Amino acid sequence: MPPEAAHPGRILRYVDALKEAVIQEMERDPSVFLFGLDVDDPKGIQGSTLGLQQRFGRDRVFNTPLSEDAMSGMAIGAAMAGMRPIHVHIRMDFLMLCMNQLINMAAKAHYMYGGSVKVPMVVRSMIGKSWGQGAQHSQGLHAMFMHVPGLKVVAPSNAHDAKGCLIAAIRDDNPTIFVEHRLLYPTEAYTPEAPFTVPLGKGRVAMKGDDITMVGVSNMVVECLRSAELLAEVGIRAEVIDPISLVPLDVDTIIASARRTKRLLVVDNAWTCGGASAEIVARVFEEVGSEAGIAVKRMGFMPTTCPTTPALEALYYPNPGTIAETAHRMVKPKDKSWRPDPERAKLAYQSQFRGPF
Amino acid sequence: MVAGGRRRGYGVAKPNLSDLSKADLTRIYRSLRLIRRAEEEVARIYPTDKIKSPVHLSIGQESVAVGVCDALRADDAVSGTYRGHATYLAKGGNLKGMFAELYGKATGCARGKGGSMHLVDMAANVLGTSAVVGTTVPIAMGYALAYKRRGKGQVVAAFFGDGATEEGVFYESLNFASLHRLPMLFVCENNFYAIHTPQSKRWATDRLCERVETFGIPAHKIADGDVFAIRSATAEAVAAMRSGASGPVFIEAHVYRWKEHVGPGEDYHIGYRGKDELERWRSTDQVESAGRALDATARAAVDREVETLVAEAIRFAEESPFPEPRELMEQVYAS
Repeated sequence: MPPEAAHPGRILRYVDALKEAVIQEMERDPSVFLFGLDVDDPKGIQGSTLGLQQRFGRDRVFNTPLSEDAMSGMAIGAAMAGMRPIHVHIRMDFLMLCMNQLINMAAKAHYMYGGSVKVPMVVRSMIGKSWGQGAQHSQGLHAMFMHVPGLKVVAPSNAHDAKGCLIAAIRDDNPTIFVEHRLLYPTEAYTPEAPFTVPLGKGRVAMKGDDITMVGVSNMVVECLRSAELLAEVGIRAEVIDPISLVPLDVDTIIASARRTKRLLVVDNAWTCGGASAEIVARVFEEVGSEAGIAVKRMGFMPTTCPTTPALEALYYPNPGTIAETAHRMVKPKDKSWRPDPERAKLAYQSQFRGPF
Repeated sequence: MVAGGRRRGYGVAKPNLSDLSKADLTRIYRSLRLIRRAEEEVARIYPTDKIKSPVHLSIGQESVAVGVCDALRADDAVSGTYRGHATYLAKGGNLKGMFAELYGKATGCARGKGGSMHLVDMAANVLGTSAVVGTTVPIAMGYALAYKRRGKGQVVAAFFGDGATEEGVFYESLNFASLHRLPMLFVCENNFYAIHTPQSKRWATDRLCERVETFGIPAHKIADGDVFAIRSATAEAVAAMRSGASGPVFIEAHVYRWKEHVGPGEDYHIGYRGKDELERWRSTDQVESAGRALDATARAAVDREVETLVAEAIRFAEESPFPEPRELMEQVYAS
């Protein structure tokens, strides 16, 4: 990793980066407001909204009834009227209660009303995991939103991008589904203090390498980085790409890398069927054609419902061990299969990614 | 202007027509007549296949839109349903833009991308209508929230059908609007049918106003579709909301759709309703009632003007171009 002096800003936790982005945008633009179930409760969405109501008042930061459908519509209407709402959901699973409004109204309004309205809103939603959160508190549902034109979908994997992306999403004139992962909240990264944007639609090479291209979605970027470290120990240099933004998708950065390494492994924090990984692979192949000879593999949730017992949950998710094993098989198909020591692989989600940016 | 005090149940007192000026009466009749004639022309043209959008006609239901919108200011907003021609026109939506939209032309109010079910005219504060029942209710509420924050006394009237009151989002919206005392008039156009299913097969009780009142929202029922009663109930509600004396208000107006659910024809032969119902409602046709309140000369002048406007709008739609191919991919995202 490059020397710390190369990075602007100071170390900040993901959760604090989210809050800082909101504070700076609310101070800059009086039309920004934030609301959602429990945003003002004593825990404040794992701390990401703590103190905001005291700072900005009850008109600009407010709790809601358990009415996700109506609250989504309310945000759309307020956005059409020129405000910039941020609707917060402590679990992404609850977005299922908002689908009618998000898909039928938010995504469509600008187009079906002939450009006469805009819907500049942000929907913040957290993917859960661990401690047996189970079937209905752990889903990565970003692909459902990627399917529908009119929505933007972003899934930043570190504090720097969380701040820059959230500011970009708030300023964007379209509805944006902002995907966060609970396990990323305590992770730290160099993050500038002054407001800045990470453009929606630009990915980043998070680690350079020549042997295989690994694309991680959301916290799977962190798992891929850890697996890349493990692979380095057996002489495999993996390139890790963080798309950051799923819609629009920076497919060029992925293609440029895959053309060079000839191997593409996409690791999603979601199911593979009809998912982000399917889209990424398809887009790459439509562009490069089969003559480029790129080997492809996808990883994601096992095609089942998330169990709560740790004995099974551990098998359900890709982890640095299974990712490294898969990558090894792709790079050295003739070698005996290899898998890093599971004890060393399991700490991956605690590792920090601090750059380069 | 008549106080909206109740006489029986949730009914609204009948206003005295002599309290209305000739200008008021002329304006109300003109609006009713314009909607009626525009839609009769839509029904006439529809079989030619020039209109490229499924139409849900408001013929027979015009009095709700006209009664409510006549009591609103230009800077108030309305939201409507896929049966929204009346709402759009009553609030001052552009007539040419509506016809061109039905024809799928680039000059349409949504550039031909919306059609009959997605009419919009932001210049007239007509928020876009929607083909999914109940969806515009919370969106209207978001508008009302923005209006309240701006503090200029603007209100939003959200129109929806009786079917929308069966959607959970309706009750979620009543609760939130009341909790936040939003300046929002909930207007239920109760025509007793959801597509072809009568209310008796859908509602456990018909005590809609009572249900709504449990949210702390004043509720009024106008059971005969009387345009003047709807107007005075709205005027009173809106005045209370503007002054801050009231949060949201609910109006249930009983009306009847004379035509089929979708399309230009009648459907009494398919058996879900009887023509006796139509005759009963036709005998109290609000376009006629309002027309009779004017003298013959004044009425004829309005009729002539309306014919000219409708003919011009149809000509405009016919002569307008279709959108260019490039427009397919424009406005997917705002920039």
